[in-house]
Amino acid sequence: MRRSMLFLPGNNPNMLINAGCLGADAVIFDLEDAVSPAEKDAARLLVRNTMRYMDLDGCEIVVRINSVDTDFWRKDLDTVIPCKPDVILLPKSAEPADIRLVDEYISDLEEKLELQKGGVQIMPLIETAMGVENAFAIASSCKRVCALFLGAEDLTADLQCKRTKEGREIEYARQRLVVAARAAGVDVYDTPFTDVNDDEGIVQDARLAKALGFTGKASISPRHVDVINEVFSPTLAEIEYAYEVVEAIRVAKEMGKGAVSLRGKMIDAPIVARAERTIAMAKALGLDRTEV
Amino acid sequence: MNKLVNSIREAIALSGLQDGMTVSFHHHLRNGDHVLNMVMHEIAELGIRDLTVNASSLFDVHMPLVDHIQNGVVSHVLADYISAGLGKAFSAGIMEKPVQFRTHGGRPCDIASGKTPIDVAFIAAPTSDTMGNCSGKYGKSACGSLGYAFADAMYAKRVVVITDNLVPYPLADFSIAENYVDYVVQVDAIGDPRGIVSGTTKITRDPVGLVMAQYAAKVIDASGLLKDGFSFQTGAGGASLAAAKFLKDIMLKKEIQGSFGLGGITGYMVDMLKAGCFKTLLDVQCFDLGAVESIRTNPAHREISALQYASPGSKSAAVDSLDVVILGATEIDTDFNVNVHTDSQGCIMGGSGGHSDTAAGAKLSMIIAPMFRARLPIVTDRVTCISTPGKDVDVLVTQGGIAVNPAKTELKNRLIDAGLPVIDIAELKEKTERITGKPQKLTHGDRIVAEVISRNGDILDKIYSVS
Repeated sequence: MRRSMLFLPGNNPNMLINAGCLGADAVIFDLEDAVSPAEKDAARLLVRNTMRYMDLDGCEIVVRINSVDTDFWRKDLDTVIPCKPDVILLPKSAEPADIRLVDEYISDLEEKLELQKGGVQIMPLIETAMGVENAFAIASSCKRVCALFLGAEDLTADLQCKRTKEGREIEYARQRLVVAARAAGVDVYDTPFTDVNDDEGIVQDARLAKALGFTGKASISPRHVDVINEVFSPTLAEIEYAYEVVEAIRVAKEMGKGAVSLRGKMIDAPIVARAERTIAMAKALGLDRTEV
Repeated sequence: MNKLVNSIREAIALSGLQDGMTVSFHHHLRNGDHVLNMVMHEIAELGIRDLTVNASSLFDVHMPLVDHIQNGVVSHVLADYISAGLGKAFSAGIMEKPVQFRTHGGRPCDIASGKTPIDVAFIAAPTSDTMGNCSGKYGKSACGSLGYAFADAMYAKRVVVITDNLVPYPLADFSIAENYVDYVVQVDAIGDPRGIVSGTTKITRDPVGLVMAQYAAKVIDASGLLKDGFSFQTGAGGASLAAAKFLKDIMLKKEIQGSFGLGGITGYMVDMLKAGCFKTLLDVQCFDLGAVESIRTNPAHREISALQYASPGSKSAAVDSLDVVILGATEIDTDFNVNVHTDSQGCIMGGSGGHSDTAAGAKLSMIIAPMFRARLPIVTDRVTCISTPGKDVDVLVTQGGIAVNPAKTELKNRLIDAGLPVIDIAELKEKTERITGKPQKLTHGDRIVAEVISRNGDILDKIYSVS
């Protein structure tokens, strides 16, 4: 379960050391934009040591390495892969070849280090016009891809438009990424809301992302984590409905009925699948039926 | 009758102050206070020696006190709190007799009982009339409540009011009444407003502080105490204020109307009063301009004396009716004893203030502290100094989990049922040490530089010189 993903600068020990306490389902140790070229080596070591020695209380570890058009990405992987991060977030993913390049490099490292092959997943960060255009191909480029991730700041720069809180300029990209990811059978994560002082804005932005079909949302501020977790958790009404769907299906099967309706609507396979996902998530969050 | 005298020196002479006597001061002007330094300078000039200074708190603005100690003007100090700069001097062993630390409740209790008599009390008054009716609510040096000064005024043999805002008799809205006052002195400035109260106290933006604050509010919510009639005290630190903000959100959402907010009051507590979270604020000290404005204008915001706030000798004290208090710690040990007197080197840098009083009185006393500061774990096997005994501490909230005093089984179960991350305190210590390593045991010098007196009068612990 990955609702919230929190960026933490790879060169900030105080933040790294508290990574497991900030409430996020996943933390993203950033070796890219948050770290100046002169500090890349120090950040790599800090991130490596954090993964080696820190208990992150079950929090998933994502590392944003530098993009494949830099001299840094191989060294990033050399340093972090031995610590077995859950996911590598690959910035400026524009073509399937970018993903395959990283996939092959990780595979070589896994073999060399005798690590489980394919144990590390890749999350392409789509933040260029070319990346949006190639979204489905990128999402299906290799088995390691677990999700697409929209990065709106760089994308709007590439689109030559202004980034706004309302986000009209990224509507197309958001919808395109959701469609591409779902078509490829992977998850999809929304861009961070960057005004850390706008408490209402983050709520609206997270709700919009959920409504569009995103699996979760990234954040650059720990202050946004709780809101994101709340928005992307199933509501009690959703959990109740999911149990009703499953129960209706069970009863229909017992009675040998083909078509099933609930609350005046037909229940088909996608609705059942969604209900099962909701129940699984509710159980993972400790929201079992007794609380409904 | 004329109480108005021309100078502080004249007031000292008239008071009959002699070698070996006790003078007292209150700390509402905090790090902006000029009065203690002005008075002690005049005392030194007059050649009076071997005095005891009984101050409700001492701040780094009072560093000239070090010279007075070294020159023999001051030979003993009683205080509830001593800030780090001055504390360093005491920890170095500048004074032969140990400092006596009391609590904000213990100090007025011992003054009232005659255990620590005061010969001459000097009251810094932001406004006074010519007969000594005085208040902290008005004037350019306004500090709000004068709560800690009441016992001094009521029980000292002689009382000198020092003001920079002399008004015609009578000042209607007085705090301390003329019948206690012997002399009134007008000076240009009793303090620097920049050091007296903060413009606005702000909640923390530190993510770890916010995590702890959210846990704190959830602990209160789950404790069973958060219902109509609820009473609450919190400090002015960033995480404590954030906890108050999150608590306010819960109270408004659940439409809970509390009874009173207590203690040192900030603008956040005033906001809670205005929002209907409390019916009353009982205020012994104002921390910011919002609190000063409120105590001046809102009848529901009441000034109280330290006797009423926390004295164990009073017929009743507000802390005894308190539901929840949020407190800090520099260290806490696995028996829940808390240190707020010394830093990691064993150097004096604080004091109990109302810590022990509220912890003893409140139904739920909660410590908020990060798992570690810099590289030092907050949980230790044994605190360097016991400021508040573990029997009075119910729960420790850190970013890495919530430790509940084993004596509080019901509370622990409530927190677990609420899904909060409850952790055994020894386990929390180990978890922290896995990050920081285990610190070397602190060694100290041979001299006792301070005694910590419990609110009941026993010596709770001793602080040694820094080696």
